[in-house]
Amino acid sequence: MLNRRGLLLGAAALGMSGCKVLDGANDSGSLRSVFETAGGLTYRAQRFLGGGHSLAPEYAESDIRQGQRPNGSVDPDGAEYVGLRDAGFAAYSLAVTGLVEKPLNIPLAALKAMPAKTQITRHDCVEGWSCIAKWTGVPLAAVLNEAKPKVNARFAVFHCYDALEKSLSGEVKYYESIDLIDAYHPQTILAYGLNGADLPVENGAPLRVRVERQLGYKMAKYVHTIELVDSFASYGLGKGSYWADRGYEWYAGI
Amino acid sequence: MDGDTKGPLIYRQSWWTRGTHWVWAVCLFFLMLTGLQIFNAHPTLNIGLQTGFDYDNAILEIGARGDGISPYTGFTKIFGHEFDTTGYLGVSGTDQEIRAFPAALTIPSNRSLATGRVIHFFFAWLLVGTLLVWAVASAISGHMRSLVPTGRDLAGLPQDVANHARLRFHHTREYNVLQKLAYASVLFVALPLMILTGLSMSPSFNAIAPWLLDVLGGRQTARTIHFITMVGLIGFFVVHMVMILAAGPINELRSIITGWYRVDADKGGEDA
Repeated sequence: MLNRRGLLLGAAALGMSGCKVLDGANDSGSLRSVFETAGGLTYRAQRFLGGGHSLAPEYAESDIRQGQRPNGSVDPDGAEYVGLRDAGFAAYSLAVTGLVEKPLNIPLAALKAMPAKTQITRHDCVEGWSCIAKWTGVPLAAVLNEAKPKVNARFAVFHCYDALEKSLSGEVKYYESIDLIDAYHPQTILAYGLNGADLPVENGAPLRVRVERQLGYKMAKYVHTIELVDSFASYGLGKGSYWADRGYEWYAGI
Repeated sequence: MDGDTKGPLIYRQSWWTRGTHWVWAVCLFFLMLTGLQIFNAHPTLNIGLQTGFDYDNAILEIGARGDGISPYTGFTKIFGHEFDTTGYLGVSGTDQEIRAFPAALTIPSNRSLATGRVIHFFFAWLLVGTLLVWAVASAISGHMRSLVPTGRDLAGLPQDVANHARLRFHHTREYNVLQKLAYASVLFVALPLMILTGLSMSPSFNAIAPWLLDVLGGRQTARTIHFITMVGLIGFFVVHMVMILAAGPINELRSIITGWYRVDADKGGEDA
C-alpha cells in the first residue's frame, strides 16, 4: 500500500523548492552534459531532414515593417575598427585564411563587384523575438570557391572586430563558426546591404554573415577574417563560438 | 468517494500506460519551468510573422519600470489592460529582482536562458519519444481507442457532467466520457500542438516544413500559441488533481502506479 502522506509531502517539497532542483545544470559537468546530448540529436535530426538545400522562408517587401533591430555589439570601439569606420570602410578588406589552397584578401569594393544575392528573411534572436529585413551580399560559397578549401576543412570560423566582454584581464573578441553545409548553403551570404542601403554600423558594417537556418547569434557582425579549420578547439574556450563558450548550443537551428 | 460499496480489484492500467504517464508527467514539469525561463528572455507575446518593435502586435507583456529613486514596480499587460503585479510578475523576490516570472517558477532558478534551453530541449525530445512509444503501444493494445468517446458515451454526457458536478464518481473499468474527452484533448490536441508550435520556432525546421509556419500564422503567433497551450495544460493538471482527490486518491494513484483499481461492486467492473 502506498504512503499517501509521503507522496504528498514529496510533491509539495518538489513544488516549493521550485526550481533550484536543476540549478546544478548551470555548471558544466555530468548533469549538464546529459542534457546537452539533446543538442547533438537536434543537429543530426535537422541535418538529416533538411540537408544542405532546404531553404529558409523568404518574405515579401510588404513584410518589412520596421528597421532591423540591432542586438549585441552596436558600436565597436577598437582602434582599428574606428579607423576603418571613420574612413567609410574604404580600406576594409576581408581575409580568407586557414585550410585553403589560395588565401584571399578581398577589398570591400571587390566583394561588392561580385554577383550579389538579395533575400528578405526573418532574423530570430535566441531571446525569442523575430524581425524581417532585406539583406544583400555575396554568397559565402562564391568566396569559398575562389579560396578553394582543402579537403580537411570542416568549419568556417568568423573572426570579428567587436568585443562584447571587456575586463581588466583583456577583452574577448566575438567569433562564430558554422559547418561547411551551412557555409555552402545558397542563402548563406556575407551581407553588406540592409533594406536597400549600406549595412549600418549597429547591424554589423561593413560585413556580417547571414546563416538563415540558425538563430541570430550565429550571424557574426563586423567580420574581418574567415578562417577554415578542421577543429575549433583552440579558439576561445573551445566550443566554437563566443556564445557557445558561455553555455549556448554551438548549433542554433532551434 | 461516493457511497458505492467496494467491488473487486481489477488490472486496469497496463505497464505501457503507467510508464509513459509518469515519464511525460516529469517531462511536462521540467518543460513548463524551463519554458518560463526561456520566456523571461523576451517576456512578450506577439501575433504575426515578427515582433513589433516599431508597431504594436503584443497581446501580453510582463515588465518592470522605475524612476531610479523608488523601488521598481512590476506590471503585466494583457490585451492593453495593465495590472500591477509587483512581487509576482515583473519584479519579485526579496531582492526585488527584475524578471518576468519569479525564481520559484523557473528552471534554473537564476536567470540563464542558455541552461533553460539545454534542459528544455532534452525533455522535449524525451516527451516526443515517449509519446511515440505510447502511440504505438496504445494503438496495438486498443488503449488508444478507449480514449475516443463512443456515440453512447456522448449521449450520456449530460448525466456524466451532472455526476461530476455532484462529485459522484462511478469506478468502472472504462473511462467515463469526461475523462475520455479530457485525456483525448491532451494527447491528441494539446501535446501535438505544443510539439508543432515548438518546432515552428526553429529556423531550421521552418526550412524543412515552411507550410507549418503558414498554417500556424507565423513564428510569433506560433510562440503565442505555444504559451497559451501551456496554460491550458496547467488547467488540465489542476482539474486532474482535483478529480483524483475527489474520486479517491488512493484508488486512483494505485491504478496509475500498480495498475490495480478497485471498481464499484454494483457495476461489476463494466461500464455503467
